[in-house]
Amino acid sequence: MRTSALTWLLRIAVICVVGFLLLPAVVVFIAGFNDRAILSFPPQALSLRWFERALTYGDFRHGLKNALIVMLWTSTISIVVGAAFAYALNRYEFRLKHTLEAILTSPLMIPHFTIGLGLLMLGTQLGFGRTYSIVIFSHVVIVLPFVIRSVYISLQNLDPRLEMAATSLGAPPWRVLVTIVLPLLAPGLFSGWLFAAILSFNEFTGSLFVTSQATQTLPVAMYNYVREYADPTLAALSTIYIVITATLLTIANLYLGLGKVLNVEQSR
Amino acid sequence: MVQSADRPFLRLFVTPSVLVAGGFVASLAAILQYSLRAYIPGELEPGGFSLSNFAELLKPLYARAFLDTVLICAETAFFTLLLAYPLAFALVRTKNPVLKSVLLVTAVTPLFLGEIVRTYSWIIVLGNTGFVNSLLKAVGFINQPIQMMFTTFGVVVALVHVTLPVMVIMLAAAISHIDRDYEKAAASLGAGPLRTFLTVTLPLSLPGIVAGVTTSFAWTFSAFATPQLIGGGQVSTISTLVYQLGFANFNFPFAAALSLAGIVFTVLVIALLRRAAQPLEKMGGHA
Repeated sequence: MRTSALTWLLRIAVICVVGFLLLPAVVVFIAGFNDRAILSFPPQALSLRWFERALTYGDFRHGLKNALIVMLWTSTISIVVGAAFAYALNRYEFRLKHTLEAILTSPLMIPHFTIGLGLLMLGTQLGFGRTYSIVIFSHVVIVLPFVIRSVYISLQNLDPRLEMAATSLGAPPWRVLVTIVLPLLAPGLFSGWLFAAILSFNEFTGSLFVTSQATQTLPVAMYNYVREYADPTLAALSTIYIVITATLLTIANLYLGLGKVLNVEQSR
Repeated sequence: MVQSADRPFLRLFVTPSVLVAGGFVASLAAILQYSLRAYIPGELEPGGFSLSNFAELLKPLYARAFLDTVLICAETAFFTLLLAYPLAFALVRTKNPVLKSVLLVTAVTPLFLGEIVRTYSWIIVLGNTGFVNSLLKAVGFINQPIQMMFTTFGVVVALVHVTLPVMVIMLAAAISHIDRDYEKAAASLGAGPLRTFLTVTLPLSLPGIVAGVTTSFAWTFSAFATPQLIGGGQVSTISTLVYQLGFANFNFPFAAALSLAGIVFTVLVIALLRRAAQPLEKMGGHA
């Protein structure tokens, strides 16, 4: 039957693509336990020494601390700026609204190396090149389009009649905002914050241009490590990374419904 | 400006984003300003006004880099689309909730791993003593390792892996919004499953294909770690050249001119892709 032949073809294709997606993760997982100091496959003897090195290596620890500092500032600043802008975008008409929107969402398409280079040049001219503030600002610029979009979608799903009801009962605008809009928007705000945090933590290209030895984040420290050493330390670190990320996403999918957040549920 | 009653928080809510946008625009202006100044070898501070950087851009070396980058972007977009479509289709249409969530997490996890972890994994897969070569050697297919690191092929394979998740998400969003009544109508009129797919489902998912391809193009153009580490200096893209010019040669004026050309180029290509897709999308005829 043609139906089943097509279905089987689709199944085989999906298995191949899933295999392609998982292959590097599986290989890196095995490589992390390799006892030898050169990257080779398959491992001759197993050991945990590279995990120990990954967790104790100075640049990684320092990089993790920097990445967390930058991440917390970035996600917090961008959720405040992004949510406020998304609200104005959704509810108000104002001059240059679309210009402002175009500028703020352009980092989706503008290469990150350009953003990094530009902010490095600007920072140097203004005298705060290669400080935390320039790193955080570059991350805010990069993650803001995602935050604005995420909050804007939540705002669209908010029933404006609830606000009208509060207003007609005599609540002043700030009270409507604090007691009606903010609580109803909380899940959207949280997922926007989380999205910003994850993107900032992983941002590499932009960071490479604007960080110095003192402010380098974990991805930059990892990049420098690959260029200097060929041992499996990074495979061990990548394994930790992959396990934590996949676990978090599985939990997020169970409780938040990733399909809904990503807008990929079959509509009928 | 008078705060009108129906826009109580306008100034408060828009000011922060105006500041961010201002800073960002100022940084783009800084690139423009640097690109118009002369490079003095051995000096960090650029010289006076000059158009020499833009004249330099016309050299065959850089035209070549643009061409190579575009080819890499196009190949990546094509293969990503080819691999992503069946996965996105299965993800939306499967009725098994466990399978659905496994597919979703598998497709989305790489998105949150960052460029370095993913690129590094491919170094172990593609290297001369890596997974693929060891496997082929063990099976007896080859005696000498196949060179995949430091080649365009290796870079494209890794980039396809990097852009696959976002393509899957965009395609799945489009496929999930297709009204299945159209497919049922085609089937009831006697079209087989393959014909239904080719004449109904595929055209209706075109908006997702266009969005996926343009995003994939922009991401690949922007990718730095993958061409830098897997290309190992043998594969030059605009991103690796900009980095090299800035941080190995300290030729910031020329790095700025090249990035500027990169932005103009990306914007042009994306506008062109969207323009080319417009008649196709109209053909899709969304209700």
